Amino acid sequence: MTAAAAVGRGAARRTLHLVWSDRIGRVGLVLLAATVVVAIFGPILFPFDPSGVGTSSADILAPPSAEHWLGTDELGRDVFRATLEGARISLLVGLLATAVSIIVGTLVGLSAGFYLGLVDRVLMRVTDFFLVLPTLPLTITLAAIVGQSLGVIVLVIGLTSWPATARIVRSQVLSLRERQFVTRVRALGATDVRIVGRHILPNVLPLIFANTVLVIAGSILAEATLAFLGLGDPVHVSWGTMLHFAFVSGAMGRGAWWYILPPGIGIVVVVLGFTLAGHTLDRILNPRLRGR
Amino acid sequence: MFRIGYLGRRLAALAATLLAVATFNFFLFRILPGDPIRLLARAGNLTPEAIARLRQLFGLDEPLPVQYLIYLKNIVTGQFGMSLTYRRPVVDILAERITNTLILLAAATIVVVIAGIALGVAAASRRGSRTDTGTVVTSLVFWSLPTFWTGLILIFIFGVWLQVFPISGMTDPGSLFVTSPLEKALDVARHLVLPTITLALVDIGQFILITRSSLVDVLTEDYIVTARAKGLSRRAVVWRHGVRNALLPIVTATALYVSLIVGGAIQVETVFSWPGMGRLMYDAVLRRDYPILEASFFIFAVTVILANLLSDLLYQALDPRVREA
Repeated sequence: MTAAAAVGRGAARRTLHLVWSDRIGRVGLVLLAATVVVAIFGPILFPFDPSGVGTSSADILAPPSAEHWLGTDELGRDVFRATLEGARISLLVGLLATAVSIIVGTLVGLSAGFYLGLVDRVLMRVTDFFLVLPTLPLTITLAAIVGQSLGVIVLVIGLTSWPATARIVRSQVLSLRERQFVTRVRALGATDVRIVGRHILPNVLPLIFANTVLVIAGSILAEATLAFLGLGDPVHVSWGTMLHFAFVSGAMGRGAWWYILPPGIGIVVVVLGFTLAGHTLDRILNPRLRGR
Repeated sequence: MFRIGYLGRRLAALAATLLAVATFNFFLFRILPGDPIRLLARAGNLTPEAIARLRQLFGLDEPLPVQYLIYLKNIVTGQFGMSLTYRRPVVDILAERITNTLILLAAATIVVVIAGIALGVAAASRRGSRTDTGTVVTSLVFWSLPTFWTGLILIFIFGVWLQVFPISGMTDPGSLFVTSPLEKALDVARHLVLPTITLALVDIGQFILITRSSLVDVLTEDYIVTARAKGLSRRAVVWRHGVRNALLPIVTATALYVSLIVGGAIQVETVFSWPGMGRLMYDAVLRRDYPILEASFFIFAVTVILANLLSDLLYQALDPRVREA
């Protein structure tokens, strides 16, 4: 595994460099860096107090002022600070869900591609089944039945988005397992775990890496959508949850643009950052697309 | 057009997938949240005798395999039970809603296909130009927009500030008294504008990118060079020789598109209070109306599965190379 990790680190640094040298990719990386900085330092500099509700009706959905830079929400809380806090939750859920998705997808893809036969047939049936189910209705249904907490949302998004990864990994493993360096270590008596872990996985990693970046964008969008539809964690407020409360509390009718714009722009910036970076990575790693 | 064996295999696979969805649904709704009686009992104070009678009525006193068979029979005959909030059969409610969703999806799809192909072709035929880069970046930006938020922004701009389009529902409250069918249709059309634009904006990005990359591939083929050498105009080469052959991957992407737009419809209908299946599903989530939720999920899943099958069959019909193989 250490070899795989080392190759992964090297590949990551190389690909990061390649993305940076592309104009679109660079914009993506800048957007991402900005979000990460905001998510880490924002809530430290401007901590959000969820119980800091307003005391008079003038505090409710108040427009931007010197005291509240981006106005207040339907309970009189500071929108600017809530948005900074929301960055953390949205990023956290997006990254954790992606981790679940990538791990499951990679394990399924590796096992199916390496063992073939019955294992492959069963796993690919399951993969195709999940691939064909419409994602949003599926996640809505699962979240509505299982419950509302960050953990549930992470699992629901992660366990519904892995099939594409599994397919990509499997097709790569299919070509790798017949290469000479793999047949050689197999002839030398290496165990399956060793062959896959030290010889196949390192060669699949760059592809997984490119895919991961796009999965993160999808996971953050999925979290925002679920939360907006009222399936978010009511305790840990993400950007989607903010927009949910803005929508159901009638912020639209009262023209409270300061409550609608900041969380939405936050989502667009992060998702666009990952999308631009992922799109560039895809072009770099997919030689067929190079120079197009 | 198709070989019987192929068609038979596809239909068998379809039946297997549908059975799998139904089974998945059975586990999701009958086993995870507990049986429907417990849901009903949560609302009122039912005596143990009443619960026992209800269990018998719903067939819940039967062993699980029997319940499963009853469940399958009900799905095949379109019986999705009673809604917990509307107190009416789910199938009646679905029947009212499904047309409204289809109207919205059709309007958005027309916009996406026409504008998407036009923009994709414009980008691909000027590859590397400023138009091309601009189109690709714009597509990626649209792709990154959350559908529901785009809807909220359009409501703000066109509904609250400019007040040019209605932002909620499918008809004006006063339209009940309008008798002329033309005026009725115009009323619905006005209500359709913003939801359609929202749905099209968000889903067009992917369509443009697929069209572009498919056409870029085709335009490097030898027969394109030949066509140019014959002295055909650029336009004729791109449209008659290029686009025709570039359509195949676009057809394959249809299934993906249907899955995407179904998700979009749920968000757009929620934001614009469009009385379709999506809004129904949102309301069912808020009120935990499981029978409605279950049926909506089933319908959406079946729609996407059928779209998949259709795009496969279309591909077979359009591409002679696949047909022969």
